[in-house]
Amino acid sequence: MLSRVAERLYWMARYMERAENTARLVNVYSNLLLDLPAGASVGWDTLIKITGDDGLFSEVSEVADEKSVTRYLLTHKLNPGSILNSISMARENARTTREIIPAEAWELINSLYLYVKENTRKSSSRRGRLTFSRHVISHAQQLTGMLSGCMSHNYGYDFMVMGRNLERADMTSRIIDVGAATLLKPETDGVDVVLYENSLWMNVLRSLNAYQMYRQHVRDRVNGKDVVEFLLLDREFPRTILHCLSRIEDAVKSLPHNEDCLRSVARALRRVREVKIDELLLDDALYEFVDQLQLEFSAIHHTIDEVWFSMMREQTRAAS
Amino acid sequence: MGIDWKKYNSGPFYDELMAAPGVARPHARELVSYLQKLKSTSLSSRKHAAEAAITTMGITFTVYSDGENIDRDWPFDLIPRVIAAKEWAHTERGLIQRLQALNLFIDDLYNEQKILKDGIVPKELIAKSKNFRKQCVGMKPVGGVWAHICGSDLVRNDDGSLYVLEDNLRVPSGVSYMLENRAVTKRVFPELLKGQNILPVGDYPTQLFDTLAAISPRPLDYPEVVVLTPGIYNSAYFEHAYLAQRMGAELVEGQDLVVQDDHVFMRTINGLAKVDVIYRRIDDLFLDPEVFNKDSMLGVPGLMRAWQKGNVALANAPGAGVADDKVIYTYVPAIIRYYLGEDPIIDNVPSYICSDEKQMKHVLANLDKLVVKPANESGGYGMLMGPQASQKQRDEFKQLIKADPRNYIAQPLLSLSTAPVMVDNHVEPRHVDLRPFILQSGQGSYVTAGGLTRVALVKGSYIVNSSQGGGSKDTWIVAEED
Repeated sequence: MLSRVAERLYWMARYMERAENTARLVNVYSNLLLDLPAGASVGWDTLIKITGDDGLFSEVSEVADEKSVTRYLLTHKLNPGSILNSISMARENARTTREIIPAEAWELINSLYLYVKENTRKSSSRRGRLTFSRHVISHAQQLTGMLSGCMSHNYGYDFMVMGRNLERADMTSRIIDVGAATLLKPETDGVDVVLYENSLWMNVLRSLNAYQMYRQHVRDRVNGKDVVEFLLLDREFPRTILHCLSRIEDAVKSLPHNEDCLRSVARALRRVREVKIDELLLDDALYEFVDQLQLEFSAIHHTIDEVWFSMMREQTRAAS
Repeated sequence: MGIDWKKYNSGPFYDELMAAPGVARPHARELVSYLQKLKSTSLSSRKHAAEAAITTMGITFTVYSDGENIDRDWPFDLIPRVIAAKEWAHTERGLIQRLQALNLFIDDLYNEQKILKDGIVPKELIAKSKNFRKQCVGMKPVGGVWAHICGSDLVRNDDGSLYVLEDNLRVPSGVSYMLENRAVTKRVFPELLKGQNILPVGDYPTQLFDTLAAISPRPLDYPEVVVLTPGIYNSAYFEHAYLAQRMGAELVEGQDLVVQDDHVFMRTINGLAKVDVIYRRIDDLFLDPEVFNKDSMLGVPGLMRAWQKGNVALANAPGAGVADDKVIYTYVPAIIRYYLGEDPIIDNVPSYICSDEKQMKHVLANLDKLVVKPANESGGYGMLMGPQASQKQRDEFKQLIKADPRNYIAQPLLSLSTAPVMVDNHVEPRHVDLRPFILQSGQGSYVTAGGLTRVALVKGSYIVNSSQGGGSKDTWIVAEED
């Protein structure tokens, strides 16, 4: 497998996953806000924080209200992480690896891209937004299923598994972070947020499609500690940090020259496994923990890049 | 009711499907009567289905305009063009004969140059050829074959016969569209294809792989074959990716390849892997910055060295384009006779060579009746369509020809045949040509069953190039009914 192709497959999977996650997030958040009291300080700007605010949003919009935030996340051309841009990048990567992925997979990504482009305007109303994000989610899922069922589980597939799961773990960690930030510091204008704790954590789970699975697994009523533990450490649910990292580990195991990468994945896994949930819920512990996790994810990415993708750049240097 | 063929009239032009208004040619009878019976709503819904299929399948071509690359949907007309199997068998023999002679010619030019010494082709022509590569002199590619993949353009005149308009020996494109056109037709008219004896076209990628594998310097069952593309911004990128995928070959860009110790390797996640055969879709001059264009970012430094040492095969071989020259074209009948001792099976379009003074005078005096073509352009660029041009354009060409006669040939304007094209809810005649693809290695030849039919979608136009408003049709080779 060409290094360049491996890199593009990895990014294609990451961008598709990013689009799907963003769509889920917007959907669930719309629901959550309907449940919260009017005075709650949980606002739309939280979504900007989750997706990694780098000051760009304030450049394109003065207020962070429903309309501006959802537009920014769904279809804004200037937001590199918007669904429109993510899918457009996924499509570029798929277009340049068409000879590797099944023909139907390309058709699917291409038609999703056309859909997103054509429905940009429709996605601005609440109802249109729901249809729009559902379409994105179901097609991203369809792609994952199609690749799993119609593509040889070869190196190329492994790189997509790595890209998808790293992106997924990253998003799960961000969602935990925000859930925690909102709940642990209920600085609200006279509104007792604790009343809404249950509803909030439910929505955190829902944004990861995890509510049903969580209920099967944890019988107790929904509470912060159990949710955080579930999202970090459950082995079976495919969006938990532990599960995503294990999937990455499996994929890395089948690749050549994998020692460095296995080591960095193992380090991240160890950090998750050794965490003490009780302590996490004190003060800023969870916030700091998530920060560390994100550093681990970024280290894994850099190792992948160094071992399998940048080799070509280095050899070029050596040759010249 | 569907199409009313009694209202379809191609006038003075030979029509591919209809012998006269309401009368189908024998090999098109079934198609014509099927379309007649089809409800017009059903016909237009299929037209939409075809367009939707092309969009979803992502069948595109790239045009460069206003400093931007734009992907356009591939223009497709859903009524197939039909050719009788008997005629095709004859044409196929003619195409193989032609490419055999051209390969012998190229090999001779880079080695003994017997044909020049015998005065069949003038020495000056080669001396002034932009596509003669001195770096190739003395080379003996595997099997003596230089042009492994050839796309020849055929046109049918009002006398009903096919003529060769030009041979494309550098990096001919279009074959993926031939394959995709059939795939679309299968989606849109499944019942129609089932009832008839139409030659399949899907074999091409396998044949291409076999041809490429046959020229590998290492005798392996599965040599490492790669397709070298200039990248995503090339107008034929779609095809490069398509063919690589169908052959199960790696699609590489220049940056993926590296030459070490005169061998070519590709950079993989496993380290360097040796490459045996490169189906290159990059022009000669961009192949190797060490030898040709020094600024080329598309090529691979050292590639020519590896090829000259015989460590890697290039298809087509560098320098093969010397025979893909519109002036050399006029000598092809003589070339066939010289090397094969046979008469050409398919004729050339009669042509005037401007480097011959007498012929140039004739051309200059008759610019309003002739089509003038530069020797080395492709895609229909730099041409003068004499009868349709303005006096100013003709005067400009007069100067161009006088300044560089070697660079021009002229041909009478052929009455290109027509085929019915869907316009709104009825059919109208439009001019068509045909580009079949011929494969050749030391071990044998293969011709596509039909080829890519290109159609000038603008009424009365002869320009079939997709970059200039042309469309395409599925092409059927059908056994005639008795």
